Amino acid sequence: MAHKISSLSKGYVVFLLPGVFAFLLLIVFPFLANIGLSFTKWSGIGKPIWIGLANYDKAMGDSSFWASFKNNLLLIVAMTIIPTIIGLFLATFLFDYIVDKFGQGVSSFFRAGFYLPQIIPLVVAAIVWRWIYQPNWGALNGLLKSLGLDSLTRAWLGDHSTAMYAVMGMMVWFQIGYPLVIFMAALQRVDPELYEAAALDGASWLQKFFYITIHLIRPEIYVVVLTTAIHALKIFAPIYAMTRGGPGKATIVASYFSYQNFFERSNVGYGATIATVLTIIIILLTTVFIIVQTRREQ
Amino acid sequence: MVNRSLIVNGTVKSISLIALITLLLIMVSPFAIITFNAFKTEDELYAHGPLSLPQSLNFKNLRETWARVDYTTKLWNSLVISTAVAFLAIGVSLFNAYALGIGRVKGKAFLLVFFILAITLPQEVLAYPLYYFFKSVGLYNTRLAVILVFTVLHASYGTYLLTSVFSVFTRELIDAAMIDGCNKMQLLFRIVVPLSMPSLSVLFVFFFIWTWNEFFLPLVFLVSNAKQTVPLAAAVFQTQHETLLTPQSASAFLGVLPCIIFFILFQRTLTKGITVGAIK
Repeated sequence: MAHKISSLSKGYVVFLLPGVFAFLLLIVFPFLANIGLSFTKWSGIGKPIWIGLANYDKAMGDSSFWASFKNNLLLIVAMTIIPTIIGLFLATFLFDYIVDKFGQGVSSFFRAGFYLPQIIPLVVAAIVWRWIYQPNWGALNGLLKSLGLDSLTRAWLGDHSTAMYAVMGMMVWFQIGYPLVIFMAALQRVDPELYEAAALDGASWLQKFFYITIHLIRPEIYVVVLTTAIHALKIFAPIYAMTRGGPGKATIVASYFSYQNFFERSNVGYGATIATVLTIIIILLTTVFIIVQTRREQ
Repeated sequence: MVNRSLIVNGTVKSISLIALITLLLIMVSPFAIITFNAFKTEDELYAHGPLSLPQSLNFKNLRETWARVDYTTKLWNSLVISTAVAFLAIGVSLFNAYALGIGRVKGKAFLLVFFILAITLPQEVLAYPLYYFFKSVGLYNTRLAVILVFTVLHASYGTYLLTSVFSVFTRELIDAAMIDGCNKMQLLFRIVVPLSMPSLSVLFVFFFIWTWNEFFLPLVFLVSNAKQTVPLAAAVFQTQHETLLTPQSASAFLGVLPCIIFFILFQRTLTKGITVGAIK
């Protein structure tokens, strides 16, 4: 029988050929070429000059490089930490309380409303918010003026001290729907009898939240944290559309910094270095997460 | 006592509802503001500010912005690219996953790790070599370049997802079909594809929308106005017309509109799909 099945399983390799060929040509080869370029000095024309680790050396002492990754960390706060926490509370609230008091329909309606920003391209979301942050005729300053808070109005994206926070505010708005939808689906797996038993034992709402809810939907929390953290490290479009990394270096991020080196400054080698470092960080993060998660599941 | 707790309960109930509604209003207000101002003239904005309702349903601003960004062309480009990627990526994922999930070819685990890594790669790490490659083969500034890259990138995710779907197919069914004289193509298209239609439709919607929303690589590969996509056009428009405020609002509105339509069309598939994707 074993022999028979193995003979039936033969001849499938041919189905892999187109996919693997395209994959090698358009992903593996460019990826390796990019690593190669990171060891060179090249303007994009002529021959790249081999300079070993000089680009990596330069990066270590480059304040723009550090500013980029610091801002990527701030984006993890705005895209992972804050939305996950708000999403957990909001999902529990909609799932437990609102469904109970107002019905499934009302709960689904709110869920859809909070999810709305997720359906539009991030770059369009950024343009919408750039409009809101506009200094003279933007909605945020308009709102502050109408409340008599004229002193608080400012050029949100043009001011060194507020630009990054303005970007972060937009990202929180954009991201909240994602954890909310995933956590609400996860909560459906949780056995309501557990809550009833806990309530009989005199557990408070907060205790139930921490000891039952969070504990049971942990796999989904891992997925949300990992995917949103990777997303935060890759952010490009909102920076391009809102601030171009400015004012100064206030909102520069790794991907935009590498784009500038590739296409605006013709420092192809240095751009490749930044992109490679970003990739290493993302792969490390993914690996660590998957190891931690598999350990906890066991 | 009973009465009092009922009143307290009622108050908690209304307060929580009011809090939720306030939060929801904050979440949707950016959409409302963009929509209001898309229907205003510049003079109206300057006279009444950004928060007022438009005086009338005036399509002049939208019509002019539509013509200015050549929105019809951009819609067409986005539609062609997204549809092509969705079909091609489904095809590639299907073949890959057929070999890996049902054929269980050697090196399956190794190949899957590669596909997963491809999903997490930042596109910056591919951008310059691809840009150079496309320039040298004459595909730079063509829709085909974007279609090819996103087909492969999205097919990595599709391969990963479909392989796990196919791995749990019952062997009996496949063996029975083979013994009945089905060849491998017939097995794929007469048995595997019909049985996995739900997963394929979720993937199709995902690939379509992901491609529609892409920004970075289209920005790098599509330089001419005639080739650009809807999100790209919105970004280009606002840098070129920094001072035209209501037209900017209109261009953002035109960027949002198709996505609202997709959301309404695909809502069921999407909500189903997001949760499937999370558990896998």
